[in-house]
Amino acid sequence: MSVIGWLQISLLFLAVLVVVKPLGLYMAAVLSGERNVLSPILGPVERGLYGAAGIDPAREQGWLAYTLSMLAFSIAGFALLYAILRFQSWMPLNPQGFGNVPPDLAFNTAVSFVTNTNWQNYGGETTLSHFSQMMGLTVQNFVSAATGISIALAVTRSFARSAVPTIGNFWVDLTRSTLYVLLPLAVLVAVAFVAMGLPQTFRASVEATTLEGVKQTIALGPVASQEAIKQLGTNGGGFFNVNAAHPFENPTALSNYLNIFAMLSVSAALLYTFGQLVGNRRQGWAFIAVTYAFLIIGVGVVYWAEAQGNPILSQLGLDPALGNMEGKEVRFGQAMTALYATVTTGLSDGGVNGMHGSFTGLGGLVPMFLMQLGEVLPGGVGSGLYGMIVFAILAVFVAGLMVGRTPELLGKKIEAREMKYAMLAVLILPLSILGFTAISAVMPSAVASIGTAGPHGLSEILYAYTSAGGNNGSAFGGLSGNTFWYNTTLGFAMLLGRFAYAVPVLAIAGSIAAKTRASASKGTFPTDTPLFAGLLIGIILILGGLQFLPALALGPIVEHFAMLSGQTF
Amino acid sequence: MLNQLRPALVLTFALTLITGLGYPLLITGVAQSLMPAEANGSLVRKGSVLIGSQLIGQNFASEEYFWPRPSATGPEPYNAGASSGSNLGTTSDKLQERVRADIEQLRAAGIGGEIPADAGMASGSGLDPHISPEFARVQIARVAKARGLPEADVSALVDRATQGRLFGIIGEPRVNVLELNLALDAPRT
Repeated sequence: MSVIGWLQISLLFLAVLVVVKPLGLYMAAVLSGERNVLSPILGPVERGLYGAAGIDPAREQGWLAYTLSMLAFSIAGFALLYAILRFQSWMPLNPQGFGNVPPDLAFNTAVSFVTNTNWQNYGGETTLSHFSQMMGLTVQNFVSAATGISIALAVTRSFARSAVPTIGNFWVDLTRSTLYVLLPLAVLVAVAFVAMGLPQTFRASVEATTLEGVKQTIALGPVASQEAIKQLGTNGGGFFNVNAAHPFENPTALSNYLNIFAMLSVSAALLYTFGQLVGNRRQGWAFIAVTYAFLIIGVGVVYWAEAQGNPILSQLGLDPALGNMEGKEVRFGQAMTALYATVTTGLSDGGVNGMHGSFTGLGGLVPMFLMQLGEVLPGGVGSGLYGMIVFAILAVFVAGLMVGRTPELLGKKIEAREMKYAMLAVLILPLSILGFTAISAVMPSAVASIGTAGPHGLSEILYAYTSAGGNNGSAFGGLSGNTFWYNTTLGFAMLLGRFAYAVPVLAIAGSIAAKTRASASKGTFPTDTPLFAGLLIGIILILGGLQFLPALALGPIVEHFAMLSGQTF
Repeated sequence: MLNQLRPALVLTFALTLITGLGYPLLITGVAQSLMPAEANGSLVRKGSVLIGSQLIGQNFASEEYFWPRPSATGPEPYNAGASSGSNLGTTSDKLQERVRADIEQLRAAGIGGEIPADAGMASGSGLDPHISPEFARVQIARVAKARGLPEADVSALVDRATQGRLFGIIGEPRVNVLELNLALDAPRT
């Protein structure tokens, strides 16, 4: 670890803090339907969409109708993407002549993008045509993120209003999130990315003759446009197989900065938007403080663990000064790789700029653990915010138990109904992650997919289901996930992680919105204080993390000690 | 559910056109007209021959060139049509064996002492265009000998090809292998 490494890390966190307020206020305004700087251009588009789709933007929905709309839209998106992949060879813009994607891989990929996971069982440059990448994946990068923002917005409204049976209109939220938030930001970031060297062309590849006279085929494509929305929407699905470790997705230290900045800023700013809309900005800051506490400790552990190097290889004669460089790029080094790995898993982004599977035991434990905490640090665009609110509900409930009062969050009483839904939501993750991992670990055909034997093999399986369940999408790439078993079960884990979480959350929103908002009294436990932030950290650790410790002990922790003792498998 | 059908289908279709077609076309138009060099992959030409991309590593095996990092792409290293890392865990036998073999090769090429980590460990992309300045330095003697050049000349080229951190803070010091090798081949005055 070096001072300069920490300086790089701190600068990024500071830069995000600077934009949290303006971006948060902007989103609060445009998502509430206020006229804004883009209205003259996008206003007609927005109204045109409502007209064509038969949507009355003034008409709000109850939670059930909102949920059904969200599900209907997700199903339509899945069907279209699945069809595009299955019929790829007959679609235009397929200069490499790729064939149709097989059914199980198409199912996995379609689920993966509709649920904002972007798990890659496909190798981008070797499987998918430009048409599939653009009309299929890029579209879901936008709208799955917009769906997340919409759900978060519905939850936010439920706290902001008093005794109202509706929580907003899904179609309006979806349209505004796409048009006014994601699209303009994506245009800005994509153009900046091209300036930094990301290709943006419809040529599939060029043939070069290297200085030593060898032919080298260099894959190209519309990379910048996809990379921009991949980060802004915390999607993480790369154009290329190795994601943002690829020099065309992430050519310089500066592009790496913009990658991390783009993924972190929207999710962090949404926490501020929440505070703004519920009339308590300090609440937004309290949530941001909680996420920063986790992220900074997480980066510290990864950075420290990776900078030590791999003693097994140091013994062979490698200088440990540069740290563990397996799976890492020289231009990023340890600090920027640790930062990327932590942010991408604290969020549900899942893009990578180094191979997490080649991290040391403890360095790989952190990304896994951050995902298992429920992807709330600050989580995916939208999904992180509503995940955080679920934990906040649990935290006020625990606080209420301790002092013997009815728990309240922002003036809304938390009662049995909300608690049941909140517990349902947080139990889905361990159930699907640990359940599928346990089954896979005893199935010989599933174990055959692992890349490194020993404890690392268990980590590979655990990481896969953690990533799928948390809708993250990053991987310990040693696992050959493109098999029928993994394609289907990871697909189900992703579906559970997204919808079995979002539906109870929307039910909570419906029930909260209907309650009368009480003003704070002397007996109210304030939720925008350092005390509450500390309690929330404890709740996230205990309720989110504790159940995973036995599994982590068998995987990454054993690997750590095996590495120290020079044991290989 | 049926009244959800129309907005679901219309918005899916319309947003596909806006974000899947309009958006990438707009970016492509801007990129190709304002920044064609970057948009087409930062390609490097020598005369009329396309040598490669400034951003993509390529393999060098002969004595008179600086060598890049090990690459885990298949079937051959530095396959820029199928990026890949090794994805091997720290306690992997295969990793240990591979690094042992690479170190033997570097030792045979006359590199003594502790070997820089990037010289023995493969990059995440398999296409890393850079090596650390340390790895470049330990290769100077070999390249100078193979080319019959004074070590000081080669050393000066390495210094010139070494890129520092942006603003002295962001990123890591590095040497672009292709640029360095092109500079080696360039006629000297």
